[in-house]
Amino acid sequence: MSATGRPRAAVRPPGAGTALTHTAVLTARQLRAVVRVPAFLVMNLVQPMIWLLLFGQLFRSVVEIPGFAAGSSYLEFLTPGVVMMMALFGSAWAGTSYIQDMERGVMDRLLTSPTHRGALMVSSLVHQAVLTVVQTLVVLAVAWWCGARFGGGILGVLVLLLGAVLLTATFSALSNVAALVGRDQTVLIGISQLLTIPLMFLSSALMDTRLAAPWVRDVAAFNPFEWAVVVGRGALAPDPDWGEVGAHVGYLAAVAVVMAWAATRAFRAYQRST
Amino acid sequence: MTASSRPALEAGSLVKTYPGGRGKPPVVALDGLTFQVAAGTVFGLLGPNGAGKSTTVKILATLARPDSGTARVAGLDVAREPAAARRVLGFVSQKQVSDPMDTGAENLVLAGRLHGLSARDARARAEELLGRFGLTDAAGRRVSTYSGGMARKLDVAIGLMNRPQVLFLDEPTTGLDPEARAEMWSEIERMSGHEGMTVLLTTHYLEEADRLADRLAIVDHGRVVTEGTADELKSGLRGDAVHVEVDRRDAVGHALAALGRVAALRDLVADGQAVRARSDDGAAALPPVLAALDAAGVEVRSATVSRPSLDDVYLRHTGRSFASAGTTPAPATPAPATLEGAAR
Repeated sequence: MSATGRPRAAVRPPGAGTALTHTAVLTARQLRAVVRVPAFLVMNLVQPMIWLLLFGQLFRSVVEIPGFAAGSSYLEFLTPGVVMMMALFGSAWAGTSYIQDMERGVMDRLLTSPTHRGALMVSSLVHQAVLTVVQTLVVLAVAWWCGARFGGGILGVLVLLLGAVLLTATFSALSNVAALVGRDQTVLIGISQLLTIPLMFLSSALMDTRLAAPWVRDVAAFNPFEWAVVVGRGALAPDPDWGEVGAHVGYLAAVAVVMAWAATRAFRAYQRST
Repeated sequence: MTASSRPALEAGSLVKTYPGGRGKPPVVALDGLTFQVAAGTVFGLLGPNGAGKSTTVKILATLARPDSGTARVAGLDVAREPAAARRVLGFVSQKQVSDPMDTGAENLVLAGRLHGLSARDARARAEELLGRFGLTDAAGRRVSTYSGGMARKLDVAIGLMNRPQVLFLDEPTTGLDPEARAEMWSEIERMSGHEGMTVLLTTHYLEEADRLADRLAIVDHGRVVTEGTADELKSGLRGDAVHVEVDRRDAVGHALAALGRVAALRDLVADGQAVRARSDDGAAALPPVLAALDAAGVEVRSATVSRPSLDDVYLRHTGRSFASAGTTPAPATPAPATLEGAAR
């Protein structure tokens, strides 16, 4: 390639593969960082372990309350809830990567290059999803070791992972929007405090909502976090109700796609305010 | 490179305001900024912090949108064809553009892949640039271990991965130590001769603009106040700069009054503890200057005559000296002294 004259010689025009290539190389960048500093991966696991081991012990006898969901132990009831809580709380911080890139000139550099905007968003979601999958497998292993048994088998675990990944995508996209619009880590703190905690309690993650006030059940029916819990718990059950699980996977997938699309639009807002 | 009549870069009456925050009026960053840059040249935007240099670069590089006005890169209207413009430009922002968690080579390859290079081509181009910037030995190290000068060179290399037609360098040497700055200058000089590339350089170092830019524009309060080659700007001032420093700050007023009666001087300005003036023949003006000050009872600490510097140009067009405009001259050497040297 000559050094003069043809600056475009090696640059292909964007094709159909551009979005996929960009997603792959940007995801690889994020995962390199995870491998190099695995501390975040491990730190994200501390909280779910505490929930699993302490909540599991604290509320052990709630399963004996008449009307509580059928099942042999609270630990088994709790495990899919903890998986989804971990996915939710982890995703709330997804925007941190964008904030760091914005504090440096990395985001500006990416946005002034032909980087595919959708790929920039999707790579972040894939990165978070990989974290969620790894952490989920650890939580399941610990729950197993503590005596929980999951009748859904391998298929059940795969469907639980799918639910966790879709939940992760939804809330990571939301967190990324907050990062692009708010440009400050404090906005993410706001999301994780004001949004995730109520969503967690307006669900059956910790407690069977049939035993809660009726309005809680009504609200939970519209809570994407609850959909993920329904997917996870349903899939791990000995005799899964695949109709209900499938429907909730569908709701979650729809919300995830809409959120990812909307979040990609937020790059425009970032540019308007630059 | 064909000498095209179309400029490689055009900013036409750019206006940009930012919200001023609660109850405050909006901040006008650009107020009708206009300039053109011929292909294959280095153009310097010179001005203090907050003059609007970075905003201009962000608009031209498709990152920010102006409230009004036009911006063209390589003939492409960045508002209408941002995607096409992004393929032919390189952008090195004021802040570090590399990822500190990745190695130097990984940063470059990523940039190349995002520009559509195959993995093999990206690696080859990365190796070439690492060699050119003396970073080959550090290629496999994370950028977080790099010195400031190395990281900045890597930033420029990232901007060059796609062989851009237009390269934006937003304050490439701010924060570098004198040695790293000198190295960066050599790099920029070398690459501007190469590849027919057009470079837009922003700086608040007069010395840097004088040395690197073929043409430059002085920007103040979001407008271009004057434009030309460094020599044109300096010779536009006609004659020599006469600089008289007095022993006490409160004597400056007396000195100004006394020198106002010296026929050989014009354009007198008080600047801190000194009076600056212009003269067609500075050397011949010195004896009457010293005599007038002596008669007025003003103690003179020093009196110098020099070819006009960019600092004088800046003073003339903005009404204040560059040093007092909220920026510091390059720490390597006091700017006026070096500029005199360069102009001689």
